[in-house]
Amino acid sequence: MHQHSFDINIENLSKIEGHADLYIKVRKGEVLDAKLKIVENKRFYTQAIRGKMFNSVPQLVSRICGTCSVAHLSCCTEAVENALDFKPSDQTRALRHLNMYGLMIRDHALHLYIFVLPDIFGVQSVMELADKDEDLVRQAFIVKGAGNRLCKLVGGRAIHPIFSGVGGFLKLPEKNGIKKSIEELYSVRAFATELIDILLESDFNFTRKSNYVGIANENYNFMRGEIMSSEGTCIPERHYWDHLNRVVIPYSQATGFRFEGKEYTVGALARMNLNRHNMHPDTLHDVPEAVAKFPSDNIYSNNLAQAVEMLHSIDNAIEIMETWDFKQEPRPVIKPKASEGVGVIEAPRGTLYYLLSFMEDGRIRYGNLVIPTAQNQIQMEKDIKAFVPELLSRDMERHDIEHEIEKLIRAYDPCMSCASHFLKVRWEDG
Amino acid sequence: MVLEAKGDGKKKLKVGVFSFTGDEGCVIVFTELLNEYFFRWRDLVEFKYARVIQQKNVVKDIDVAFVEGAISGFKEEKMLRKIRRNSKRVVAIGSCAIDGSPSNHRNFFDEQTTREIMPILRKFPYRKKVSPLHEIIRVDETVPGCPIVEESFLNILNKYLIEFGIVGRDSNEKGGKQ
Ligand code: SF4
Repeated sequence: MHQHSFDINIENLSKIEGHADLYIKVRKGEVLDAKLKIVENKRFYTQAIRGKMFNSVPQLVSRICGTCSVAHLSCCTEAVENALDFKPSDQTRALRHLNMYGLMIRDHALHLYIFVLPDIFGVQSVMELADKDEDLVRQAFIVKGAGNRLCKLVGGRAIHPIFSGVGGFLKLPEKNGIKKSIEELYSVRAFATELIDILLESDFNFTRKSNYVGIANENYNFMRGEIMSSEGTCIPERHYWDHLNRVVIPYSQATGFRFEGKEYTVGALARMNLNRHNMHPDTLHDVPEAVAKFPSDNIYSNNLAQAVEMLHSIDNAIEIMETWDFKQEPRPVIKPKASEGVGVIEAPRGTLYYLLSFMEDGRIRYGNLVIPTAQNQIQMEKDIKAFVPELLSRDMERHDIEHEIEKLIRAYDPCMSCASHFLKVRWEDG
Repeated sequence: MVLEAKGDGKKKLKVGVFSFTGDEGCVIVFTELLNEYFFRWRDLVEFKYARVIQQKNVVKDIDVAFVEGAISGFKEEKMLRKIRRNSKRVVAIGSCAIDGSPSNHRNFFDEQTTREIMPILRKFPYRKKVSPLHEIIRVDETVPGCPIVEESFLNILNKYLIEFGIVGRDSNEKGGKQ
């Protein structure tokens, strides 16, 4: 190995959600420092939600993150309803699942096709990829479009949906739209499978041990279940916070977390490692080779996991739309009271936790949120520290190392908009 | 969808897509518009800066800069001025960029809450208040919405495609079909 000494300083990493800088210090072949700085400016939502009414707060927190707004909205709604002892109807639950499947399709497609595929094909953007393989890029936008249209159908808009609310949906998806969406989803299945094949062939590898944490349930849905870890923990959703340790990372705008005292990984890879057997039967039937790659400790498998989840979400969305005949339901009456509620769901990038406490009149006293990317932060940095020496041993030049590290970070699909969402818990009385 | 031949060598509109304090929802809507317009724009638009879709980005010689988000930090303010200096037109996209909301919650915090967040504001450091673009630079156009209304974005892009002579004046199809 060369006794390299250099600094890597990348401002504003590309092809990720939000803003992050990377700083690595190598002296005589040794990594002295590696920092992933989330530089996204805070918007102080924890403070902003205080005093807001229970039925308006999901729309407000939707603005924490554009790309996964459906996840924030759904998780917050769950916390509100749990606090106020409201049980949504089966139809409302089905629509929420459908909205989440739509989110998974469009968000995973964005990440995989637009951010990751250029890395795999050794080009710097989707534009260059189109010069190389136009058909693939056409497929990319067709799949992404199908996810986008499904989200619009259920939520009224793909980003910051307007139909979804506390208690239920204000408007139901149109019959004609459902018919079209089913056809469209059937037609993109083959493309999703092709993407899985491409990712299966990729030889990107960085294998390390981690504890994988996420919701597991009987049909691999993203809305409810028990929190499991690959080290054997199994806890009810509402106790999640008790198992987390908050870690202040002085140079980052985001807080880090440990699970039961140790760094851990959330997201598609964690979910597949924990719960792949419960995926949709059609998915399991069609891509057995991909599913058999799990459990995996290779962080790049996170992308394969996302692609399989995309297919699984397509299959589940089709099933929901084929089996349900959505009918207008009476608007429920929800009464405010002094209470506290927890919502936990699986967002595209991992476990999302909301705890909300309400005053008697239905206004929020305080809220506490745990964001997926913030939870991966410590593991991500640890990986970067371990990856650099491996790259040095392959005699790589600084520039290539830089690119490899970017690829590693991208494999996690971090979302900085979310992560910087600041969490300052103030357990005030009264 | 009608597809045109690749326009290598043809004059293209040089576009920048920038994101400041916000949730990137408007930029995500832009990435969703690509579902339909990618191949059309490939012939008409050159992305000088669009961190969300490419690795190589420069803030130089831009015809139209689309800017999302409000300005809450000093670094952002500096970058915004740089964008203005290097762009012929600047378009504020989304309500954060247009009037600061909903990314400007802290402007309205009471004294106690402001005190609570003060250590963070000082540490990184942040500007005293969150500002929309027009309080710092001249803005030529706006695309309203949270997130942006797709139609309005397409209309404005089309307007500039005509103004900069990329497509003919009789082109009235949105998103720049010739
Ligand atoms: S205007 Fe809305 S969608 Fe756009 S960046 Fe701001 S919060 Fe996000």
